[in-house]
Order: sequence, then structure tokens, then C-alpha cells
Amino acid sequence: MIDNPQSIYEKMREQGYSRRDFLRFCSYIAAAAGINATGLSTVVKALETKPRPPVIWLHYQECTCCSESFIRASHPVVADIILDKISLDYSELLQAAAGVQAEEVLSETIKKYRGQYLMTVEGSIPTNNGGVYCTIAGRTSLDRVKEIAEGAKAIIAWGSCASWGCVQSANPNPTGATPVHKIITNKPIIRVPGCPPIADVMAGVIVYLLAFDRLPELDHFGRPMSFYSKRVHDSCYRRPYYDAGLFVESFDDGSAKKGHCLYKTGCKGPVTYNSCGIIRWNNGVSYCIQSGHPCIGCTEENFWNNEPFYQHLSSFPGFGIETTADTIGATVGGIAVAGIAAHAIATNIRKRKTIGENASHNAHDDNDTKPADKQEGGE
Amino acid sequence: MAEPNVVEYRQIYVWQFPVRLYHWINALCILVLAATGYIIGKPIAIQSASEASFQYWFGTVRFIHFSFAFIFFFNFLFRIYWGFVGNNFAHWKNFIPYTAAQWKEMVHVLALDILMISKKPLKSIGHNSLAGVTYFLLFLVFLFQSITGFGLYAQMSGSWFPKLFVWIVPLMGGDIAVRQWHHLLMWFFIIVGIVHVYLVFYHDYIEARGTTSSMVGGWKFIEKSEKEK
Repeated sequence: MIDNPQSIYEKMREQGYSRRDFLRFCSYIAAAAGINATGLSTVVKALETKPRPPVIWLHYQECTCCSESFIRASHPVVADIILDKISLDYSELLQAAAGVQAEEVLSETIKKYRGQYLMTVEGSIPTNNGGVYCTIAGRTSLDRVKEIAEGAKAIIAWGSCASWGCVQSANPNPTGATPVHKIITNKPIIRVPGCPPIADVMAGVIVYLLAFDRLPELDHFGRPMSFYSKRVHDSCYRRPYYDAGLFVESFDDGSAKKGHCLYKTGCKGPVTYNSCGIIRWNNGVSYCIQSGHPCIGCTEENFWNNEPFYQHLSSFPGFGIETTADTIGATVGGIAVAGIAAHAIATNIRKRKTIGENASHNAHDDNDTKPADKQEGGE
Repeated sequence: MAEPNVVEYRQIYVWQFPVRLYHWINALCILVLAATGYIIGKPIAIQSASEASFQYWFGTVRFIHFSFAFIFFFNFLFRIYWGFVGNNFAHWKNFIPYTAAQWKEMVHVLALDILMISKKPLKSIGHNSLAGVTYFLLFLVFLFQSITGFGLYAQMSGSWFPKLFVWIVPLMGGDIAVRQWHHLLMWFFIIVGIVHVYLVFYHDYIEARGTTSSMVGGWKFIEKSEKEK
């Protein structure tokens, strides 16, 4: 709990970082946040003067991979500074306090910084049976998330759990795992999906909020445009193989060795929005596709239900495993053709008389062939 | 040889030139779009020793798909326009069953042509009401396929036009779902195409009015004793 919140710059100086370190940090983070060069001074100024915002970092139904990703932000100074410098008042993962002390800090922050603190959520919130499937300090996460959101300035939903529900909400979703935006509807929410999200993306989002004090531009799903506006496919270094039609057929074939496109092994790159292909992971070392694995679409809603991961088309729920649109289409097509054949046979039986009539039609009673209009002979 | 069959027929100009043109452009588009669409969903395995820089076949298939999509869509819009200015047989009223007579005819067509329990011949000359309703539903699928297709395409295009359709993506829960349904409905087109061609042959066979050739020349023939509806 900090009584006189310092700015990030002040805090950095206090901890022995030089002004040069600070500026390097600013320019790195501005670039990561998708802010262009002219906006850099805004970032510097904000971090110099604005008090560090109090942050309450919550963990619910999840695996903590978001935090794990975050503390491994590729630029060491980023994680370091952000974790040191934002005023992380409450974080179940990182705080030293426990039990009563932790709860005290939480309630004090909520009271003292009402309307100012940033609430970040990792994990989905179970709603079935009153939300008993995740309780902290004797209260359900459902209860707590509502209470803490009440006084929050904005909410960041970290990762696919908080953004979409992720694997614990996969059919049949036994605990009723629910993403934050379906529970809290009256607060600005930024969704930063991914399983986990890229550390630099997380840092970028926080810095944007610090520097500009407003929400970054968001897409239809509430994801920051600077990181989620492009398909993984469009920044993929294997893209030329896609256009050339050179595909990996199975993971042990020659094409896989040559690094061809993973489209036919189920790559969801063409339907997934993230900046993996540009920022990459672990200090820009690699990302899923680069290491030979098709993208599973972890930033997209419902990706966990779009199985199997290793084929391009998903199964249709309710039709059994590995039943794709093609299986359904071909089956219905087969039924249609069989129906047509049956109908054609039935026609020849039931309508034999009509057909016969046409074939041996005689001109009814009227043999007075004086065509008033154009006349065409039958047969 | 017996007396030659002489029936007096009357010529009726049913399908105007724009309708016929629309029909064949549409047929070509559907054929090309379904074929290329299927390939895009399930590319042929071509192993090649040459480098990617010397090939672009998959890109070409996609290009064809996208180009024909534009033709398909604007051709479709044109047909809707023609539904307001065209002749009686092309009019939108044929496609929406808003009168009791149309519903009655639908039941009649079901009994006559599908269940084959009625013997009463059908009098309508253009689309019968059941066919009209079917085409109306088909138009809705055209629309859906266009929206989902352009919605997916918007990401690959800098043009404003496909961007008009991006709202479908959040509505359906992301590109994965949009793509899935876009692909499934390709089969709808294939199946409807097969049934459509069969039914044309069927009507020609049963009614002997020149249903098949009418879409080429525009003329149908009804027996003179029948009244034009």
C-alpha cells in the first residue's frame, strides 16, 4: 500500500536506474504499444509525472500462464519495471502478504482508490451452483469480481480465460466458467486474449493505459488493435508456401522438413488475430508455427471447441468426432442423389399415363389448325 | 405409322434476356466458386521440387474465387433489381407467398410432383409457388454466403467494399465460425444445384413445355386449350 504514489520515473531513479535507462524503457514500451515516434514524448511525460496507478491483479480459474508469460517479457527491463513500478497492490501470485493481511490490503485499496485502480483479471469465473467452484478467502470469485469491479477505473481481461472462458468453458462447461465481460457490463474492458498472451503485448497494453489514460483502439471483440488487427497468417513467414500451394501433409514428410505451410495440418493462422508472427515469443526467438506446429487459434473465441486441432476444418458439434462440413455435405448430397433416383423411378411408374399422353398426344378434339399465334408442333 | 401427334401450342415469352443472362452467369459463378472453394478448403497435395517463388497456383485459385465472388454478388443484386422492373414471371411477387392462392398451389405442387398423389395438372407457367419459395430461400443463402465470404475477405483487402461486411464476424463469434459456415453452405449450393437440374429435366419430361430450353431461348409452350395465367 503506497500512501504517496510516486511516478514511474521517480521510482526508477530511487531504485538506481539512470535517466538513459528510463528513456530506453519508454521508447521500447512505446514501440511495443504501437505508439508512433511522435507519441514518445507523451509516454515519457506521463511516466515522469503521473502517479503509478494502483493495480489489483486477480486470479481465478486458470493456470497462471498469463503471469508466467508476463514476468518473462522479452525485454528484461520491461517486466522488471512494470512489476516494480505499477503499484501492484494485490496479486495472489506475487504478493508477499497472505491471509488476513492480504485481504486487508485489498479492501483498503478498493476503498482508498475508488474509481482509480486498474483491475486485471486472469482466469474465468465459475457461475454454476452459485459459483462455488472457485473461492478465495471464503467467498466465491463471482462475488469478489463484482465487488472489486465496482470501483475499478477499467478492467483488463488477461488471456483467453478472462476474455473467452478458455478450456474450462469447453463443452459441456461443468462449472459454468464465464469470461469477465459477461459478468461486468458497466466498465470499460480490454481483452488481451491468448493462451497465454504475448508478454510484450501485455506490457504494451498497461503502458498505453498509463501513458494516455484512455483505452487503446479496440476491435470488435475488445482487443487492442495494435496487437490484434492482423491475422497470424498475414505476418507468417511461411505464407509464400501457402500461396505457392506447398503444404505439409503430415508432420514427418519432406514438406515438413522444408518448412512448408502448415495449413493442411490444421493451422488456424488464417482465422486467428495476434501478433505472434511479428513479436514472437521468448525474446523474439520463435513462435508456434516457426517451431513446426500449426497455430491452434488461442486468441479466438471458442478455439478449444474447434477440434481437432490437426485438421483444417473443425468438427461440427453434435455430429460426432471428426465429422467435418465435408462429411456432412457429402452425406446429405448422397441422400439427395438417392432421393432423386427414387423420385425418377417413381415418376416413371406413377406418371406413366401422363408421359404416355405426351408421347402419343392427339390433338384433342380440335383439328381446326388455324394458328392465331405462333404454333409449335408437339414432339 | 399412326396419325402424327398434333397438338396446338402457344408460345409464351417467359424468361427475358436479362433473366437468362443472370441465370447463366450465376450458374457459372456457382460452379467456379464451389470448385475453387472446395480446393481452398482442401488443397490438392502437390509436391514439387521447385521453389515457392516459382509457383503461385494456390494464390491463383484464391484469386479466381474472389473475382467470381464479386461477379456473383453483383449479378445477384442485378437479379433483385430485375425483380422489380422485369416481366410478371421475373417479378418478386413470384418468390414470396403472400396470397392464399400461392399457399394452395404449394400444397398442390407437393401432392402432384413430390408425393405424386394428385393428378390435377398444374397451370402456372413461370415458377410454381413452391419453386418460387425455394428460390427465395436460395436467395437468402446467396446473401448469407456473400456476407460471410466478404466478411472473411475484408482482412485481405484494402478496399472499402468488403469492409461493409465485417460485422458478421463478431456476430458469429470469430473467423473460425464464419469460415465453417461458409464452407458448409458450399455443400448446400452443390446439392441444390443437383436437385435443380433434376427438377428441370423432370418438368420437361412430364409437362413437355420446353422447360429446359426456356432458359436458353426464353420461350415456353403451353397447350392452346390452356389459359394463360
